[in-house]
Amino acid sequence: MKAEFLNSNQAVAEGAMAAGLGVYVGYPITPSSDMFEYLSEELPKRGGSVFQAEDEIASINALVGASLAGAKSMTATSGPGFSLMMEGIGFAAMVEAPLMIVDVMRAGPSTGIATQIGQGDIYQARWGSHGVYNLVAYAPASAQEAYDYAIKSFNAAYRVRTPVVLMTDAVLAHTRERVVLRDPGELEIVGRKAPKVAPDQYRPYRPDPEDLVPPMAFYGEGYHPIAESLSHDERGYYKTDDEIYRALVSRLVRKVEVNKSKLIASKSYYVEDADVLFVAIGSMARNLLALVRELRGRGIKAGMFRPISLWPFDDESFVAAAARASKIVTVELNQGQLYQILKGILWDNRNKVSNPTIYNLDMPLPTLPTPDEIMGEIESRGWKLW
Amino acid sequence: MVMLEEKPSHPLDAYMRTDRLPHIWCPGCGIGIALQQFLWAVKELHEEGKLDPNKIVFATGIGCTGRASGFVKFDTAHTPHGRAIPFAVGVKLANPSLIPIVFSGDGDIASIGGNHMMHAARRNFDMLVIMVNNMTYGLTGGQLAPTTPHSVYSTTTPMGNPESPIDATKVVYSISPNFVARMSITHPNLIRDTVKKALLMKGFRWIEVLSTCPEIFGRHINMRDPYELYSRLKKVVKFKKVASANDIKYDWNSEITCGVFTEKNDPSYMENYLSMYGLKEKLGVLSP
Repeated sequence: MKAEFLNSNQAVAEGAMAAGLGVYVGYPITPSSDMFEYLSEELPKRGGSVFQAEDEIASINALVGASLAGAKSMTATSGPGFSLMMEGIGFAAMVEAPLMIVDVMRAGPSTGIATQIGQGDIYQARWGSHGVYNLVAYAPASAQEAYDYAIKSFNAAYRVRTPVVLMTDAVLAHTRERVVLRDPGELEIVGRKAPKVAPDQYRPYRPDPEDLVPPMAFYGEGYHPIAESLSHDERGYYKTDDEIYRALVSRLVRKVEVNKSKLIASKSYYVEDADVLFVAIGSMARNLLALVRELRGRGIKAGMFRPISLWPFDDESFVAAAARASKIVTVELNQGQLYQILKGILWDNRNKVSNPTIYNLDMPLPTLPTPDEIMGEIESRGWKLW
Repeated sequence: MVMLEEKPSHPLDAYMRTDRLPHIWCPGCGIGIALQQFLWAVKELHEEGKLDPNKIVFATGIGCTGRASGFVKFDTAHTPHGRAIPFAVGVKLANPSLIPIVFSGDGDIASIGGNHMMHAARRNFDMLVIMVNNMTYGLTGGQLAPTTPHSVYSTTTPMGNPESPIDATKVVYSISPNFVARMSITHPNLIRDTVKKALLMKGFRWIEVLSTCPEIFGRHINMRDPYELYSRLKKVVKFKKVASANDIKYDWNSEITCGVFTEKNDPSYMENYLSMYGLKEKLGVLSP
């Protein structure tokens, strides 16, 4: 164990290397590029390879190849590059290639503002690629969490054989903080589930019944797996049959749900008696927490819920945090993406909560508001929150 | 139909997923010839003890040619449109002992994957690319390909193709990777010899294989009869040694130049990378 002074781009790089990163493929884009530069220096020293592809499309498809050939694989990008990667993310989901995409969110749409923060990619991470599949996405809020969740992202990717998105933001990416780096023995590292049958018995898409995840043979081991981007049966053979397609895609969705308890993460602050519950992610949650503390000082029963796993969402913890609240306020640098998620969860759990009113404090700004500015925004809306 | 008691065997069965036959290719299609010659080359090198088929990763993109990955018994990938080349890059980065082969069509490699093709060649990246060129989009029903000859009808250019086709081999030749060749299914043994040579080399190796598509391309030019289209291709194919890019022609009406145009032994991307970055251990396991 040692402590270093790192920004979260560097912390993600350190976490990924601690998890056993073997191949990094990327294309430079602000505000993610210094992670690429850091890994270019560090990863070869630890036996891995770094490659600058011709574009983001090449990056993500190379990662699928690298993953199937046996390397823990990662890329980092920002909104415009993330959009280009969507095709390859669907490919990774379909062939069940575990890999990690770091999306350092910036102001969008399109090229937006390269150097400024955004939080508008929550839905894109989940629904960006066409078709029916599931994936995992985490949103850390500190350099320490960036390090921890880089490791947990790889663990999740190998646990369920799926792409995982680690969503940071431009402010977090370049904020330097103390980060505790753990020694290898102190870390839980999840690897692939290797096949236990002879190559002629191996079916690359035959899942284990309990976790719905197929054991993974790497290229070069003599198992001759097919990575089939088309609808396929357990052998990987292209089939257009209704039942085979349905079984495949519902498994791609359900394998994340079945393993949900091992994937979800969130943090609750001052929720035991909270009447007004704030919800935010990433850098925004840190400034909001300062405001919550200030409100507590004024005797207002404010609390905060911070989802860390966005997909799958930790809805049970959210419902527990919201149980006593009469007002719930989402605070986001977008038009209300968390707000949309929470409305659905509250409706599904309407018997467990006290019919709270949910407010959408959408602040589609390219800069992170201070606690005072968040307060000013609340006052300007004229809401009777306390 | 007479049922045979014993399944007839073929010398290439060991390299095929025979339970997937019959294949999807139309009568008169040249893709099977290209694939068969590739498999013969693998078999011969395997038997000569020069190649381990377990090290081959056979990646394709979308289209008729792309379906080849489903029929061969290697480690395989059927990737999204145009992405077989970057996929192969990742395979090699992860495990330098593997031998990535990209086997795909002209639309897949020269159109949607054109950027990847150029940059893999520029890097002299360690892979063998076999581009089967039938001058049309076959599987999607005969739309314009980047290789379709000028003025020829396609379903998306009903008044004839207003564009000039790309000569992908000339493009790759101009970038100067380690191996550049164009062959034709009208001369199958030459495909086999060329693949055998290229399989054992390092760096970026490119083989375009001219092919026939009587069902789609042939029908559009009033040559639906496979023999007629085959004969026409045979007539236009000219084997030559070329001195410069200007000597390589891609003209359906006069000459499509074939031959081995570049053959050299420059350091490959992986060799450069692994030695520059001190990854000597991996350099030791580097395959062609």
